[in-house]
Amino acid sequence: MKILEVKNVTKRFGGLTAVNNVTFDLEEGEILGLIGPNGAGKTTLFNCINGVYKPTEGQIIFKGKDITGLPTYRSAHLGLSRTHQIVRPLNELTVLENAMVGACYGRENMNLGDARKTAMEMLEFVGLAEKSDVLAGALNVAQKKRLEMARALSAKPYLLLLDEVLAGLNTAEVTHMLDTIRKIREQGVTIIMIEHIMHAVMSLSDRLIVLNYGSLIAEGSPEEVSQNPEVIEAYLGDPDLAARLLEEEKA
Amino acid sequence: MKRIFKPGLLIPVAIIVVLAIWPLLSGNSASSREAMFTLIMSMALASSLNIILGYTGYVSFGHIVFFGIGGYAGFWAITELGWHILPAALLGGFMAALIAWLLGLAVLRLRGAYFALATIGILEAMKALVINLDFLGGPVGLEMHFSEYKRYGGPMESLWMVYWSMVFLAILVTVVSYYIKTSKFGLGLMAIREDEDAAEVMGVITPRAKTWAYVLSAVFPGIIGVLFFFKNGNIEPGDAFRLHFSIEWIVMIMLGGAGTVLGPVLGGGIYQWLRKTLLTSPIFKDYQLVVAGVMLLVIVLFVPTGIIGWLRARSAKLRRVFE
Ligand SMILES: Nc1ncnc2c1ncn2[C@@H]1O[C@H](COP(=O)(O)OP(=O)(O)O)[C@@H](O)[C@H]1O
Ligand SMILES: [Mg+2]
Repeated sequence: MKILEVKNVTKRFGGLTAVNNVTFDLEEGEILGLIGPNGAGKTTLFNCINGVYKPTEGQIIFKGKDITGLPTYRSAHLGLSRTHQIVRPLNELTVLENAMVGACYGRENMNLGDARKTAMEMLEFVGLAEKSDVLAGALNVAQKKRLEMARALSAKPYLLLLDEVLAGLNTAEVTHMLDTIRKIREQGVTIIMIEHIMHAVMSLSDRLIVLNYGSLIAEGSPEEVSQNPEVIEAYLGDPDLAARLLEEEKA
Repeated sequence: MKRIFKPGLLIPVAIIVVLAIWPLLSGNSASSREAMFTLIMSMALASSLNIILGYTGYVSFGHIVFFGIGGYAGFWAITELGWHILPAALLGGFMAALIAWLLGLAVLRLRGAYFALATIGILEAMKALVINLDFLGGPVGLEMHFSEYKRYGGPMESLWMVYWSMVFLAILVTVVSYYIKTSKFGLGLMAIREDEDAAEVMGVITPRAKTWAYVLSAVFPGIIGVLFFFKNGNIEPGDAFRLHFSIEWIVMIMLGGAGTVLGPVLGGGIYQWLRKTLLTSPIFKDYQLVVAGVMLLVIVLFVPTGIIGWLRARSAKLRRVFE
């Protein structure tokens, strides 16, 4: 079953077209990787999907319901959660309270008691349980990324949008986070992940889509996409150079 | 098992109760009653403002507008319609809440300094409006005949009745403040305070939550306005809509700790006690506003979280004692 349909979505900021006529579908249970150079419009596309921005043109269909232009809290209630590329912890609240906000106001609209239980489970899941009493502002970046994740998961979403959750993490932290994402998928949550770390996104995703200057330039399995000359050019500017680099990497 | 003994609620209520019975224990009960009235009223007003300012993060500078609106509505009902103080006080609270709701639809879209400025604009506009309303006495305001107090057993009895009503209200505001702070609703408000956009992404219906917070923070000042002006015997625009009183409430909140239950109670008490001390000191009596200003500056620069906020930041244990 299709969980998400993005139809001809365009988002303009004044004269700048950040997302240009993008169309794709997402099957339930899938992990979709969303890649593309910096400034390609990936975050803006997320913002259009969950209602932070109203698309200039096009439609967003979530679980068969047209959610285009609905306030972002409505999409949260329907089961769409996300993390932020630039972390947004609620600094003066504790780590537990941060996750409880997600649980209380997310898809299941929990009361405080249930929310506390769910939030604690999710903190354990992402490995932040021992920090539950700490103020969120006091966490380091890696912990704040995991808090973003715990908060989004506490809402019990059907669809999770992950915006560069691996950026800025060290190797051990990346491994830990990849593990976490795999476990989330095992629980049946559908995921779109924006990621720059190629080996990570290649190994996790069932399918990839590539944005460049706001347009969708490629779509397919990780293998197909990584062989696509247009994608290689978008990343490296020179297809020959890119091909050589790919060869070297294989060797 | 929920604990019956909740220090977060018990401490502020105990402070109010101890102060409230002080006039009965001290020799000169009339003058200490007046002093305690001012103190306890400040605690209640600061706690009310704290709901929108401290929990939600919206700095309502001109919040005294609700005190004035409620005061006028109740005073008018008493003097012109011959109402008893009780329904008049409820009318005052209702009018303040109603107007907060209507204004909220417009100004709660604004953020940060724009919201703060808008609330000052509202205050000045309301004052100008009342000055031009003849049925509210225009610039002179309304007077209450002395004989009005007979209904409650005489002037002395009326003063005590107003006093105990104020004590009751202060406790009620504290209880409401505590239950907001520890509820799901309060969690949503604090999420808005910390990051409104992130709160919305997590599903907090921010327009609705902010409106409720604004209405709740307006209703008690509305009721208190009726008590205050009934006790005063007259109401005029200058007293009902005095911006610098609003600013003093903010100083009280900041001193005690914004966004805490105990903070505004403590801050209101300390501030009024200081003010009284300064007023009676010949050196300081002309400078009390300067002192308030300097105090605000020092707090904002060095202890922006206030006394209770500072204590709460020390450890999770203290957070369980001081809400
Ligand atoms: N709110 C905004 N106003 C104006 N321009 C924006 C806004 N948000 C993003 N942009 C622009 O849109 C383009 C795409 O940005 P973004 O979606 O953040 O890219 P990515 O996440 O792929 O790095 C960039 O040129 C960026 O400067
Ligand atoms: Mg981005």
